[in-house]
Amino acid sequence: MHVVIPYVVAALLFGLGVYGVLRRRNAILVLMAVELMLNAINLILVTADVSLRSALTGVAVESWARPGAAVPGTGGVLALFVIVLAAAEVGVGLAIVLQFYRMRQAVVVDEVRLDGDEERVAG
Amino acid sequence: MTVADALLLALGAVAVGSGALVVTSAHLVRSGLYLVVSLGAVAGLYLVLGAELVAWVQILVYVGAVVVLLLFAVMLTRAPIGPSTDLDRPALPAVLIGGGLGAGLAVLFADAFRWVRYPEADPGTAERVGEQIFGAWVLPFEVISILLLSALVGAIVLSRPDVGARSTPEA
Repeated sequence: MHVVIPYVVAALLFGLGVYGVLRRRNAILVLMAVELMLNAINLILVTADVSLRSALTGVAVESWARPGAAVPGTGGVLALFVIVLAAAEVGVGLAIVLQFYRMRQAVVVDEVRLDGDEERVAG
Repeated sequence: MTVADALLLALGAVAVGSGALVVTSAHLVRSGLYLVVSLGAVAGLYLVLGAELVAWVQILVYVGAVVVLLLFAVMLTRAPIGPSTDLDRPALPAVLIGGGLGAGLAVLFADAFRWVRYPEADPGTAERVGEQIFGAWVLPFEVISILLLSALVGAIVLSRPDVGARSTPEA
């Protein structure tokens, strides 16, 4: 197989995610674009697990690299960790978005005041 | 051009196309549903690349939990049913940065890996992944479980106004 195809797909997905984060004003759509970026990272990790292992056959293992850690599947394990991180991120992010909506009736990230509030909202 | 190449090309085209629709659609709910298609296509790419467990976890966690959570948030914020007109900022900076980054990374990868054939990925088994997680990666695994727990507690504290509120002294 030609591993350049998934690599290029991951690069394009990451570019789309960056475009979405910068373009969208709705906080939920920004979170969706962040999910696209995290998926691009996962795709690169899984593809690197296939390509780098076969590219590195015959290369002497460096002193800092434990031989036990160079077995197949490492990229998949890291992708699993990133998926867990993404789940935690979207949970906390949506809690913030829903709390902000409850206070202000808005989900537009442009209109969040970063300097103090004129009225203190309880909670 | 093998079967794996054709599958990779087709699934990659589906992933990028529906990903483009996620960031350009004027309907909030349609964005979420296109996200399902894009994540499903990426899960198919994982299957072709031999990471079977990652593919099914992707289906379970992303399509099953994360997208459903996002759609719940769309409902709870009373999003309009039809197309929304105020979803977007001016396009030029986003096109410049996003397009430049995507194209630049794509050119970099294409130049680094060329059109070289790599051996087919051997389908990974869950046993191998389990040996990896609980062997070489057991410490990050424990740390990430603590992170997940703290994210859970943090989400609860954030969404309950009565937790952590200062009790106002009675005058």
